Amino acid sequence: MACISPDGKPTESGTKMLRAIESGMGSAEEIASSAGLPLFRVRSGLREFTQAGLANQKDDKYELSSKGAELLDSLST
Amino acid sequence: MEEVKEQLISLPRLGEPAPAFEVVTTQGMLKLEDFKGRWLILFSHPADFTPVCTTEFIAFAEIFPELQKRGVELLGLSVDSVSSHIAWVRNVEEKTGVKIPFPIIADLNKEVSLAYGMIHPGQSKTETVRCVFIIDPNQIIRTILYYPLTTGRNMAEILRIVDALQTTDKNAVATPANWRPGDPVVIPPPNTQEMAEERIKQGYECIDWYLCKKKL
Repeated sequence: MACISPDGKPTESGTKMLRAIESGMGSAEEIASSAGLPLFRVRSGLREFTQAGLANQKDDKYELSSKGAELLDSLST
Repeated sequence: MEEVKEQLISLPRLGEPAPAFEVVTTQGMLKLEDFKGRWLILFSHPADFTPVCTTEFIAFAEIFPELQKRGVELLGLSVDSVSSHIAWVRNVEEKTGVKIPFPIIADLNKEVSLAYGMIHPGQSKTETVRCVFIIDPNQIIRTILYYPLTTGRNMAEILRIVDALQTTDKNAVATPANWRPGDPVVIPPPNTQEMAEERIKQGYECIDWYLCKKKL
């Protein structure tokens, strides 16, 4: 897992991606641009997030799930 | 390490779709399709912690910014574990100060190596030779280079090929021998006698109707 550590917490790049999704950046391209990460890494990370239930995909757009939002909240507290 | 048994494998060829893969890399699990829309240079090296490969990785890292300007991603590969890759790139950074910015495939089961014809038993039955596959944004193989184990690759030539391919795609032209960006390009030869007659009147730099060049 490149975006989620074995302890279940997002890595630095994973956190950037989750914050980009939270701010309303929907497509992989938009998330890559907002997070400043290569598109290939974002596409791979989005697969991880959806498999882990942290994000939901609708067509080519992504949004945070409630689990993903809770995880982000826990990072800022 | 397990030797590769001789078997007939259909190797990828120019103009054909690059074989799909899903692999473990130093930057996580990646699929070929993750690179769609970008140019990709997939290259193999014989083994981590070896001298020629180390010089090549430093050289690839040095041209990485130039490749990025051209919309090109780099993806390395060898038949080593991801732990070995991580240890090696950390060692390279510690000893030389060069950070390896691109992912490296850990192809322990040789799935990608075999699909791309990277193992040449006449050179080594266990290691990949020095291959370079330049794959376009539609994931079509546009260039294949093979170098032997003893010869490190020429980064200037790899950049030159990328420039030539992108120039060809953008302008529907070809590039002559030893072409470099800024040099005249070759206009595709005419297909009919009428077009041939017109061609030499069009003011291009022509040796004859079939070899005309122009500045872009």
